[in-house]
Amino acid sequence: MTLILNRRLLLGGAAAAAALGGIRPIMAEEPLKIGFVYVGPVGDHGWSYQHDQGRLAVEKEFGEKVKTSFVENVSEGPDAERVIRQLASSGHELIFTTSFGFMNATARVAKQFPKVKFEHATGYTRAANLATYDGRFYEGRCVIGTIAGRMTKTNKIGYIGSFPIPEVVQGINAFTLAARKVNPDVEVRVIWASTWYDPGKEADAAKAHIDQGADIIVQHTDSPAALQVAEERGLMAFGQASDMSKFAPNAQLTAIVDNWSPYYIKRVQAVLDGSWKSHAVWLGLKDGEVAIAPYGPKVPPEVAAEADEVQQAIIAGTRHPFDGPITDRDGKERAPAGRHLTDEELTKMDWYVPGVQG
Amino acid sequence: MDATVAILLTVISAATPLLLTATGELVVERAGVLNLGVEGMMLAGAVAGFVTAVTTGSPALGIVAAALAGAALSLVFGFLTLSLLANQVATGLALTIFGIGLSALLGSSFVGTPTTRLPRLDLPVLSDLPVIGQILFGQDFLVYLSVVLCLAVAWFLRRTRGGMILRACGENHEAAHALGYPVIGIRYLAVLFGGACAGLGGAFLSLAYTPMWIEAMTAGRGWIALALVVFAAWRPLRLLAGAYLFGGVTILQLHAQGAGLFHVPAQLLSMLPYLATILVLVVIAAGPWRGRLNAPACLGKPFRPTS
Repeated sequence: MTLILNRRLLLGGAAAAAALGGIRPIMAEEPLKIGFVYVGPVGDHGWSYQHDQGRLAVEKEFGEKVKTSFVENVSEGPDAERVIRQLASSGHELIFTTSFGFMNATARVAKQFPKVKFEHATGYTRAANLATYDGRFYEGRCVIGTIAGRMTKTNKIGYIGSFPIPEVVQGINAFTLAARKVNPDVEVRVIWASTWYDPGKEADAAKAHIDQGADIIVQHTDSPAALQVAEERGLMAFGQASDMSKFAPNAQLTAIVDNWSPYYIKRVQAVLDGSWKSHAVWLGLKDGEVAIAPYGPKVPPEVAAEADEVQQAIIAGTRHPFDGPITDRDGKERAPAGRHLTDEELTKMDWYVPGVQG
Repeated sequence: MDATVAILLTVISAATPLLLTATGELVVERAGVLNLGVEGMMLAGAVAGFVTAVTTGSPALGIVAAALAGAALSLVFGFLTLSLLANQVATGLALTIFGIGLSALLGSSFVGTPTTRLPRLDLPVLSDLPVIGQILFGQDFLVYLSVVLCLAVAWFLRRTRGGMILRACGENHEAAHALGYPVIGIRYLAVLFGGACAGLGGAFLSLAYTPMWIEAMTAGRGWIALALVVFAAWRPLRLLAGAYLFGGVTILQLHAQGAGLFHVPAQLLSMLPYLATILVLVVIAAGPWRGRLNAPACLGKPFRPTS
């Protein structure tokens, strides 16, 4: 019984969406329905949490003019397509899908709903109604790499990776280049957790790193578990995606914060005033999209000042995290002196710089 | 040697939540009930244990609350499947989804609240022994409990009258009923025990493994526990070995990566525990031990007493 009712409601919603889609600018009183699809729980205090902060910022900014809804814990498979289609057919006119693995599902649904506007985070498939947006997180990695290079005593840094996709590889390389620039003896060891979110396993990976002599933990996974391990052992770590100092008030040196709010507000505004166009953007420190959290108590003032300098140089454009000359760890030249890697080279990165192990 | 000790310590903490949870599920399945809601009950235990420990300041109360919360959720399952004869698979899956949502709701204001780790229970003299002291006798309460519980279940199922009656309910509920045993009542008790154990498994995660509460923090361990019961062919002692094997493989592959030991893709290493399960299933099913697979004959079948 419930199922049939739902289906009826959905069909009604689809008809309403079709009617609404074309006449948005005229019927401004009707709130704009915006959908968000998250890969993790909003309470992960990491990636999905930050996207949800963006959603809340949109609600705050536009008030009655918008109505947002979100679906959390959506796995990156057939489920994703079903969820996105359901949002599209229930009157949502703008849909943000916030994980790389939602790319194909988003593209397929976008084809079937040409009047609905889609925004996919971190992907590369685009269409007239499908835009992509991404953060230059590697810029943040360059800043924390500088701090890590100065702060490590054992010269061994433990890096917890999720999956070896370009975004993560860029992070590892940017971090290692920056760390070795200030401390050539640094060695960055990578353990792949093969998951974005599994607090227990992330903690185990951190323990493995520490037991093998690392004194700083860097993570590209979403939960604060690794930081907590560092806190307990009296070592140091960096937060990921959001400020995680609550979990590790002493151990967190700083965190790379993903701040999606300005972008989300801008894009919702564009839909409201009818100027929305598909595009591909890659926003960094300069745009406020990637931010560095306040430094932790263990960071001495001179290291903090140096990190600030790096950050300012990246914002000013005088430094690029991938300034040449860069050779990979197999000795192949990737960028000659005087040139930095292009965005295209970055999005295809599948090699490591010297100093990366694993 | 220090590295070995460190590795063994992490293996124990990786194995304990699996062992606690799977021991409970083993009893449930031996009674003939398939409860797929393990993940949900673990999360209920994790959140209840954490919230209670933080608000009362007593980890002991947290552990009790976790067991009660897991049992309470399993009672919902028991009522639906045993009293109302709902489909066990569908109800169990629903219980998992329900547990994920409920725990997120209850715990939402506790995300990021710091707590202290469950204290180690050092045993006098024994804990000071070199090497094995810290590994065997420097653990927290739940680690000891997990092993004791598993051994107790092994003894109960094999050596006691009660255990035999419970197994009879799982093998042939009609016969057990004809002999005058209260099949439904016994299954209720088994389900409650399973729920309490899953709750304890969850509490180990939120109080000892990673002492914090965040949504969905079990990350699929309930499903691994379910696989473990099959892997162990419904035998408690094999379950004990299996839990440590699963924990060991997970931890060792992380260490191997960190030490740069093999250059095998990380994804392959992560698959190992699951490959091991499939392999064992195939070997058991095809090999000369075929008869020993011993899945309870009435597993998952609803029972309506005829008088």
